[in-house]
Amino acid sequence: MSILKDAKDLLQGAVQGAMGKAVAIAPDSWMPGGEPDPLIAMRHGHVGRPHSRIDGPLKVSGSAPFAAEFPMEGMAYASLVFSPIAKGRILEIDTTSAEAAPGVLAVMTYVNAPRISPPPVFLSGAKAAGGDDLPVMQEDVVRWNGEPVAVVLAETQEQADHARSLVHIVYEARRALIDFAEAKAAGSRTAVFMGEPLHLEIGDADKALADAPVRIDSSYSTPRHNHNAIELHAVTAAWEGDTLRIHDASQLVAHTAWSIAQMFGIDEKQVVITSPFVGGGFGGKCLWQHQVLASMAAKLAGRPVRLVLSREGVYRIVGGRSPTEQRVALGADREGRLKALVHSGTTAKTASNMMAEPFIVATKSAYASETFKLDVRAVELDMLANTFMRAPGEAVGTFALESAMDELAEALGIDPIELRMRNEPEKDPTSGLPFSSRNVTEAWRAGAQRFGWDRRDLVPRMVRDGEWLVGMGCATGTYPYYRMPGGAARITITSGGHATVDIAAHEMGMGTATAQTQVAADRLGLAMDEVTFRYGDSTLPGVVLAGGSQQTASIGAAVSAAHGALVKELLKIAGNDSPLAGLKPDEVASRDGGLCKRDEPERHETYVSILGRARQASVSVEAEAPMPLETQHWSMHSHAAMFCEVRVNTVTGEPRVSRFLGSFDCGRILNPKTATSQFRGGIIMGLGLALMEETQFDERKGRVMNPSLSEYHVPVHMDVPEIDVIWTDIPDPHTPMGARGIGEIGITGTAAAVANAIYNATGRRVRDLPITLDKLL
Amino acid sequence: MTITVNGAAVSLPNDPRVSLLDLLREDLHLPGTKKGCNQGACGACTVLVDGERILSCLALAVQFEGRSVTTIEGLGMPGALHPLQAAFVEHDGFQCGYCTPGQICSAIGMAEEIRRGVPSHVTSDLSSETIALSRDELRERMSGNLCRCGAHNGIIDAIAETFAPKTALAEAAE
Ligand code: FES
Ligand code: FES
Repeated sequence: MSILKDAKDLLQGAVQGAMGKAVAIAPDSWMPGGEPDPLIAMRHGHVGRPHSRIDGPLKVSGSAPFAAEFPMEGMAYASLVFSPIAKGRILEIDTTSAEAAPGVLAVMTYVNAPRISPPPVFLSGAKAAGGDDLPVMQEDVVRWNGEPVAVVLAETQEQADHARSLVHIVYEARRALIDFAEAKAAGSRTAVFMGEPLHLEIGDADKALADAPVRIDSSYSTPRHNHNAIELHAVTAAWEGDTLRIHDASQLVAHTAWSIAQMFGIDEKQVVITSPFVGGGFGGKCLWQHQVLASMAAKLAGRPVRLVLSREGVYRIVGGRSPTEQRVALGADREGRLKALVHSGTTAKTASNMMAEPFIVATKSAYASETFKLDVRAVELDMLANTFMRAPGEAVGTFALESAMDELAEALGIDPIELRMRNEPEKDPTSGLPFSSRNVTEAWRAGAQRFGWDRRDLVPRMVRDGEWLVGMGCATGTYPYYRMPGGAARITITSGGHATVDIAAHEMGMGTATAQTQVAADRLGLAMDEVTFRYGDSTLPGVVLAGGSQQTASIGAAVSAAHGALVKELLKIAGNDSPLAGLKPDEVASRDGGLCKRDEPERHETYVSILGRARQASVSVEAEAPMPLETQHWSMHSHAAMFCEVRVNTVTGEPRVSRFLGSFDCGRILNPKTATSQFRGGIIMGLGLALMEETQFDERKGRVMNPSLSEYHVPVHMDVPEIDVIWTDIPDPHTPMGARGIGEIGITGTAAAVANAIYNATGRRVRDLPITLDKLL
Repeated sequence: MTITVNGAAVSLPNDPRVSLLDLLREDLHLPGTKKGCNQGACGACTVLVDGERILSCLALAVQFEGRSVTTIEGLGMPGALHPLQAAFVEHDGFQCGYCTPGQICSAIGMAEEIRRGVPSHVTSDLSSETIALSRDELRERMSGNLCRCGAHNGIIDAIAETFAPKTALAEAAE
């Protein structure tokens, strides 16, 4: 059986059917994760301890260098001019006064820009990173309102910003398709996500719905969103001979290096991307035009270029989350068992990207319904390409599904948690695969007890505190376990016994550097300060995306593979005089600064001793992670039980979240301190999603109307109560370290928990996000 | 024309358009002060001028002749952190760390405002001499400093621990 040969295609969705079945029915032991990671059994190591961040002192003292903070000799500053029309042509560009302005070095437009190829769009290939596949400043064509049409380079930022206002451009506007309703009327298509159509039918859901004794059928909508990392997208780019060096803020350094190399027609080794610290990503810090424009401008001017997008610039050229319109219809018997689950709707994308907001993905494994009808349609608009934003699909999809479950619970007169428990599936309800580990019931039980769920009144609008109505709501959050192909790592151990782990991974605040140092220390049997974890550099091994909550698993599997190679190599070097002589690699474990026989720990030799005897200064090995077939063999998901208490003002309609608890089942937690922050961070972004966030899009002009942090509201300190977080800490036996990703799950379920609490408080069901006070008056 | 930055006198820029933020980041190579919006909306650029917190992106450098600016670099460095910086590490009051210098400078300025008795929107007793350091006071007064990573709880914990003895905070919560 050539499982591995076709595995890559399978994982990209190109081959379904026979191959997928083969992986599904293959014995567990053939799969990565078939044997539990030995680290799961190790309960007294560094993993699981609340270590403070190892880069904490750097960050709190302002000494952690971000992308815009690498000084370069002779650096020029760039400023961008954005198109004010959504579609059309540039008829005329006059750059003379801009060029004559003090300090100006060059004005780049499509006329004089270096000729390059369009970006490889994300999901079109293993290392493709582009947000879209549109040419970058190559033609007189305008494709979205906000597209960069000129770059001004000057000696200082002030000079560049001023000269930018002196560039005169005459456009010929054409009719653009930017109105969602108009596009829907013109026709939509079945959306595709990661190579798979977002459409699934099991049984006759329409009939089952019609026949069900109890049913609800509701429509929900969610608006556009922007990531709004506080660090502006910034890049410092320089050509050193034929090599392009880019200091980037990136969640995919290796992908970016390869993609930019494709565009400039050079070898990927000639593009070096470094990104040691990223000031928040959330899906937004990938490859957009700024890195390319800075590289082109650096080439044109023969000088290093720094391009820091203005906050407006981020909204103009970095995509965000697309709007959705969703229908959820649930049919149940009188005990609440689901007979029909319909989840369908429409979202917007562009013709130039491969990303349709996949809002039905979470629904696929949520509940044991007898029938399913899931469907996402997409329309293509003339706008900036939309993209991944924290839990794409799940964040907005769970809002609709979990609001609908609350509506059904009310229609049945059953407690909403009880309704969920009655529909808890034994195996994945749509794929039929066994779950790798699913303890959502335990998360609900622990959460309900801690939150005091039994104090909730089943009837809405019963609790009043002065002019405030008080209510409680809950919802399930969920996010899949992913591990993408391409993980690889290098481990080097010196004769002094210090280990360095190298992998092209990323630290955007998730705590990667800290948690992975803990993991590597345990895996190698070393102390934390005997391990250096290096990342954020495209010249290091591995193609690792910090996205899809998969980075921890990707690094874990790669480092585990490298550790296997290291053991082999060390046994070879150790020779016949070692106490380890004659042992096979799988009989050996790392422990106490060296290797030992797994079941006879006294048979031990330190790394220092092995390398000393061999007179070797160091040993270095590199290995690739196995293909992530486990995701085709088990249904692998994390879950959360989200609990919210809100207060709604009867005079002003103002909703305030007063308490929140997230009870998580995400496998083993590697570092409780940083994990708590990840969970809370996701939940807080979910509070923004629920109550205030919206990118306002002018459907006549195609322009974002609130491109600033004063008009796009994110939760501030006063909006954030103390967020309580607990977890089951039950290891997933089939994942590296027993862990599943934790970066995105917090934002899932949260908006529904808030909406359900608001219903409980006021008796008013709001199905259109954000739930602003005008909807509650 | 000079300005004092972290105790050292430096000359002011010739270009009057240069903001205090860009003077720090680009000319003085003190990038600890962050730029998140350049329009007064995020608080990442907060520095202390003669002890008061200001948004350095909204300040023209030339207006600060003779004034004394303290940036995050002037508060403490790894190995010799300011107690508030150390508390941020201990309470995980950040994730990406980008809003962090602004949060820390802002909190120091804020603590001084409370000490001086400057009331806020949530101060219930305006006639009182002293203002209780309740969590609500801290949250309200720190709301100009955005954090997209959602480190709000850790930030408030760190500030509370540094500026309010536990008992005082507990009483204020009553
Ligand atoms: S950079 Fe000054 S407030 Fe945002
Ligand atoms: S720690 Fe990232 S924005 Fe606050």
